[in-house]
Amino acid sequence: MKPIDLVKLAERDLDLRRSYKYRINVCCSSGCLPFGAEDVLKAFEQAIKEYGVEKDCKVARTGCVGTCSVGPAVVVEPGDYLYQSVTPENAREIVKEHIIKGTPIKSMLYRNESFFKKQRRLILRNAGKIDPYNIEDYIAMGGYSALMKCLTSMTPKAVIDEVMASGLRGRGGAGFLTGQKWTFVARASGNPKYIIANLDEGDPGVFANRTLAEADPHAIIEGMLIAAYAIGAEKGYIYIRAEYPLAITTLKKALDQANSLNLVGENILETSFNFSIDLRLGAGAFVAGEETAILASIEGQRATPRPRPPYPATSGLWGKPTLIQNVETLANIPIIINNGGAWFAGIGTPKCSGTKCFSLTGKINSPGLIEVPMGTTLREVVYEIGNGIPNNRKFKAVLVGGPSGGCLPEEQIDLPIDYESLTKVGAIMGSGGIVVIDDQSCMVDTAKFFTDFCVDESCGKCVPCRVGLTKIKEIFERIMRGEGRMEDMNLLEELGNYIREASLCGLGQTAPNPVLTTLRYFKNEYVEHISQKKCSAGKCFQKNEEG
Amino acid sequence: MNLENKPRVATVWLSGCSGCHMSFLDQDERLINIAAKVQFVYSPIMDVKVFPENVDVTLVEGAVANEEQLELLKQVRERTKILISLGDCAVTGNVTGLRNTVQNSVESTLKKAFIETADVNGQIPNEVPKILKQTVPLHEIVKVDYYIPGCPPSADTINYVLTELLAGRTPNMENRSKYG
Amino acid sequence: MGIGVIKLKINEQEVISREGDTILKAAKEHGITIPTLCDLDGLSNFGGCRLCLVEVKGSPKLFPACTTPVSNGMEVITDSERLKKYRKMAIELILSERIHVCSVCVANNNCELQDLANKLGVDHVNFKRDWNTHDLDTTHEFLVIDRNRCILCTRCIRVCDEVEGVHVLDLKNRGKDTEVIIDLDDQWGVSKICTSCRKCAKVCPVGAIYVEGQPISQTRDKKIAEFVLTRRQS
Repeated sequence: MKPIDLVKLAERDLDLRRSYKYRINVCCSSGCLPFGAEDVLKAFEQAIKEYGVEKDCKVARTGCVGTCSVGPAVVVEPGDYLYQSVTPENAREIVKEHIIKGTPIKSMLYRNESFFKKQRRLILRNAGKIDPYNIEDYIAMGGYSALMKCLTSMTPKAVIDEVMASGLRGRGGAGFLTGQKWTFVARASGNPKYIIANLDEGDPGVFANRTLAEADPHAIIEGMLIAAYAIGAEKGYIYIRAEYPLAITTLKKALDQANSLNLVGENILETSFNFSIDLRLGAGAFVAGEETAILASIEGQRATPRPRPPYPATSGLWGKPTLIQNVETLANIPIIINNGGAWFAGIGTPKCSGTKCFSLTGKINSPGLIEVPMGTTLREVVYEIGNGIPNNRKFKAVLVGGPSGGCLPEEQIDLPIDYESLTKVGAIMGSGGIVVIDDQSCMVDTAKFFTDFCVDESCGKCVPCRVGLTKIKEIFERIMRGEGRMEDMNLLEELGNYIREASLCGLGQTAPNPVLTTLRYFKNEYVEHISQKKCSAGKCFQKNEEG
Repeated sequence: MNLENKPRVATVWLSGCSGCHMSFLDQDERLINIAAKVQFVYSPIMDVKVFPENVDVTLVEGAVANEEQLELLKQVRERTKILISLGDCAVTGNVTGLRNTVQNSVESTLKKAFIETADVNGQIPNEVPKILKQTVPLHEIVKVDYYIPGCPPSADTINYVLTELLAGRTPNMENRSKYG
Repeated sequence: MGIGVIKLKINEQEVISREGDTILKAAKEHGITIPTLCDLDGLSNFGGCRLCLVEVKGSPKLFPACTTPVSNGMEVITDSERLKKYRKMAIELILSERIHVCSVCVANNNCELQDLANKLGVDHVNFKRDWNTHDLDTTHEFLVIDRNRCILCTRCIRVCDEVEGVHVLDLKNRGKDTEVIIDLDDQWGVSKICTSCRKCAKVCPVGAIYVEGQPISQTRDKKIAEFVLTRRQS
């Protein structure tokens, strides 16, 4: 395929899309499938056939719109009417009322209007709008035009400059400047060079990367292609956890289609640019998402991190220069190329440009997958997008950054979400998990829960993480048995600081965050547990009282 | 000689082999210097039945393995200003703690000691103090102020720690913490 | 590596080193001791014990001396109060992880862990010791692995793989359940590929792998890896 063919294809697909008066997008991602989304999809297809409106109305399988608690979610275009908890019976009704008569059924629409108001969907630009199994849908929305722009009118250096100008920072958690990373790999000597797209999202309660892959796989692939062109890589791997079967299927299909259109492979768009992509499945270890552990895993070794330096940029896969990026970072690349780095830099905050996806869960009225500009406050996320705490319970804390994030109290709720602000208060951006905790939860119990997770997931290589976390777990168990001592708080803090500073990789360095932040902001609960053997939230000591 | 103003020192023997006390005695002629500076008020090598009040320094050998020792240690702690764990058993559990590695260590230890290895009439006695679920080092029960590891600790180290404490200094345990 | 000369300071002392060398190597060459348990000359870097962490002026972070390369103008501090505290903490954690009872250990008086605890003044362990037992394998003709004493430094694994070249030993499981295994978790006695070269026993820092019936002082040879490596290169 020549670049001009891609343009023609995009025009044809867009015309086709515009030829329909209505488009019914049925979310068939992992969130909605268990609610029976496939049946709803079939019901819509049948209904439009029965009513004979196949020419006016297109029914499409799509990815996630974000409202995961009210699936199956169905969006009717134009107007983006979002129907919630749709059943196959509802489907007929919607076709009859909305498509035939033109009147949306108000009683079935999603009720939290503020859910979308504060969001800005750039990474998830196509999520819920296109059929992830159909590359033409992606192309119709301008997909692969950024790649074409790079290959036909930009030098690799110009691409890197654009990414640099955007101020984009790695969305995997650490927030390293993407443009700088690309420069390092581009400059590194050694051939071949590799790209790894990290889709090993293992945090409990975090599903942003999965959703992205299920909804818009080509955004990841296009991001990889552009990165490969910029740094001179010929081979890429998408490292995805095996527990994401639908995302794997979606990516496989997407890669096949991209291959058949010559968007991946050799002489892409009839230029001299070659780039092939393979999928690699993780074997279930959380730590495998750590960048050096990914290297080991792809090489066929135990997924344990190794010390840096050498950094993967100079010595990665099989000792060759390797660019490792989170898939969310990569999905930003096409829009940066198309709209310019300066445009992107204008979104978010001066030090943290762009948007970030968050998995909003816990005690919240409207949980789901959200995307907000950097600098949005936690209050906006919890009370406006998330619509507050159910049953009028009192807000207690919000855990930001997954199992190794920090538990922030009410005093911090006006904190803007960006890398620096979060780090300052003991939390992290991490994988973008936001768990809202109400007054029925015990913070000691919460800290123990996430410590247990990290104990299970420690790779066992370094002493602080392997043994230190185990000892923290034992101290928690002692406190929960009513055998805690006041010195234990000090011991937890000392251990926590040691593990944070001495561990080899990001897992250990952040694992004590829940312990350290709960000690910092909720010390009274520890004191209560230890000195009075009491838990005001009523979570702990249950067994002791019974037994 | 005015005994009133001299620091009151005690030594206690819990679950241990008495090797630490032997090492204590191995201070040899240095003991004479120490004896001149302190007043010994309780020790397995003295005939005193009850642990006295107002003790300044107590060296405890051995881990805590049974209820009697548990009570004694708590009493020692209450009545002592400076409590020192003497030797590996007191510091870590050491050999006496090895029974902790066995499943159902209370039953199996008693069975091994009183039935399986008995020559005649094997039976588990009722008169001896009940043994605890696990043999534990002192600082898992009470606050310990100083530790002298070693199996046994060398007489030099014991002497050093006592000399420093009697001089009102804090002993530096770097290069003086050899276990085993 | 390059032949560039690197000038740095370790504990205020001017030190000259080579480009590509680690802080640990530079320090060692100038008689400055940095404690380690997993590092061994002649084997690849591991970076697991975290005892060799040092401070570098201008950074709040800690750096493992065994894997951090020297650079010009670097000012390294190897013995601050924070580092001393953390090293003691590391030893305490290792001692509390498994059943380290020096008085009944074959490596008593020939043990790097025991020596370090002594040197650093780890006079007690603030954490509860885990008395759960780990597997002991005595099926080999004369090599014994007692996992109760293993500190997971992986020297045995690395020497077996990198120097002897057979890779009999490796790890299984993760986190606190990590164990050194023989072949695909078989008994040592049935291993077809073990050459019985004893290098694992020679480099073990503690009493986890030893030769039955032989005084440990005769078994240990911590220079074996470096010796073989140097011979291969010459």
